[in-house]
Amino acid sequence: MEHFALWLAAFLTLGIISFLYKDNPWYKLSEAIFVGVSAGYWVVILFWDNFYGKFWLNKGDDPTLWVGAILGLLMILRLAPKIGWISRWPLAFIVGATGGLWLMNYFSSNIMVQVQATILPLFSTGFGTGFDASFGQIIGNLVIFVGTFTGLVYFFFSKEHTGAFGKTARVGIFFIMITFGASFGYTVMSRMSLLIGRIDFLLGDWLGLIK
Amino acid sequence: MTSLIASDHKYDDGDKIDLAWVPSIDDLPRDGLVTAYKIYRITNDGAPVEIAELTPGANSFRDEDRELDSTYSYYVATMSDGPTVESNRTAPMQTEREWLNLDRKFMFLVALILGGAIIYFIETARRGKKLFVRRIAGLEAVDEAIGRATEMGRPILFIPGIHDMDDVQTLAAITILGRVAGQVAEYETKIRMPVARSLVMTAARETIKAAYQTAGHPDAYSDEMVNYVTDEQFGYVAAVDGIMVREKPATVFLLGAFFAESLILAETGNSIGAIQIAGTARPAQLPFFIAACDFTLIGEELFAASAYLSGEPKQLGSLKGQDVGKMIAMIVILIGVLAVTLGDGWGIQVMADLANTLKMIFSGS
Repeated sequence: MEHFALWLAAFLTLGIISFLYKDNPWYKLSEAIFVGVSAGYWVVILFWDNFYGKFWLNKGDDPTLWVGAILGLLMILRLAPKIGWISRWPLAFIVGATGGLWLMNYFSSNIMVQVQATILPLFSTGFGTGFDASFGQIIGNLVIFVGTFTGLVYFFFSKEHTGAFGKTARVGIFFIMITFGASFGYTVMSRMSLLIGRIDFLLGDWLGLIK
Repeated sequence: MTSLIASDHKYDDGDKIDLAWVPSIDDLPRDGLVTAYKIYRITNDGAPVEIAELTPGANSFRDEDRELDSTYSYYVATMSDGPTVESNRTAPMQTEREWLNLDRKFMFLVALILGGAIIYFIETARRGKKLFVRRIAGLEAVDEAIGRATEMGRPILFIPGIHDMDDVQTLAAITILGRVAGQVAEYETKIRMPVARSLVMTAARETIKAAYQTAGHPDAYSDEMVNYVTDEQFGYVAAVDGIMVREKPATVFLLGAFFAESLILAETGNSIGAIQIAGTARPAQLPFFIAACDFTLIGEELFAASAYLSGEPKQLGSLKGQDVGKMIAMIVILIGVLAVTLGDGWGIQVMADLANTLKMIFSGS
């Protein structure tokens, strides 16, 4: 059975990789198996973990669970065309509740703390002022200040990007693009490790060519 | 150790007590005689229970998960190789619950200003006043991309990311979908939308249906335009890639919350020669969209595009209100950097005080 699973995994891995050549029946088969198995898997997980595990077993102990159950039931009303509009209520509840729950977290981390972290000194006379920064620190602070400020200017939508404002926004987009470049390289390297993992599986676990 | 003080923790649910003490004179960093501090709790005049053992040097402890209707008393035993020395017991006390966390008063104030600005602009927009939103490059390509698909007689593929309706990026994508679907209905082009979440499928069907009704073509709408694939990230990607290469859409919209699948989708779309308009607020995925797509809505541009296209007072007012927030942030940063530079860098005390005040206000606690 273990051998069969190994061969099946290798067969499907190669099937998915074959897409690099072109769309072909092998890929289509792998894709269909992947989609079908994963959709089925999620149905089972959601039913047993959420409906049965969280609601059904505890429905008598925790009355708040019924709120979720009723909202879930309302969603199913979509199947009844005449009262299908009621299914918008749970949708509105999810959107509103999530917005409210995350508001303060985002407000704190993305606005307040970000502003606080940008209030940094840009130079030092170094004569007993308590701030004795190195040249590297000063440059770092300058990059944070200019990058954050010009980035904010770029994302300011109430004014057209023209004149000095436009030039400042342009500096902002330079900073953003440099950040994206660094992020691109970093992520590509992590994807390479995924590829290495698959090749390791094919050449090591499957073919036994590498130990 | 001396001076053990037990006090109710401020601004909590009435479930924490803070203990503080002055460490023993024998508690020294090197060659100290103290080996540990043991904390004992007495609940409702019952027997003492050891609740924690702390290393030498400790001078505080927070006792959590207490109950409102019980009384608590504490003492600390200083452990050494010699005899154990116990502190005095603190007076029995109860915890208190506070309804407001005043540590967050400045955050509340800033939120109030921002919220007030948003409500003001929403009301302004509702009264019919036109609110200016600057041109967004990717948006101008939307009409062109739909026109191209119409001319080529090929479908438009709309991918709303892989998150559910509780993600604001998905909401923005669905709003943009409303506008795209309106034009698709008008031009009688085909739209195809595979989704990874059942709720997104429901919302997208509603949106497209409404757009077709508004465009005067309710009969042309079909539920099959939107189909659920799977919740599994890469299963979804495999299916969407398959759709791309088989149906060869002329235009691909990749708008919403994307993760590791972003480059796979964008590269496949690029390989079939489709015009691609992408947008996400996920910083790690934006580089891939910028590299592989024709137009990319960066971060907040996605939400701005949603407001701009919908023309809804709520969205436009919210966008303008957020601009007020950005303006405040820019002013505070400018003043703060100037103050901290003159204060810490040149030793001007009043400036250092100003910088510290600003940092305290924006501490986010």
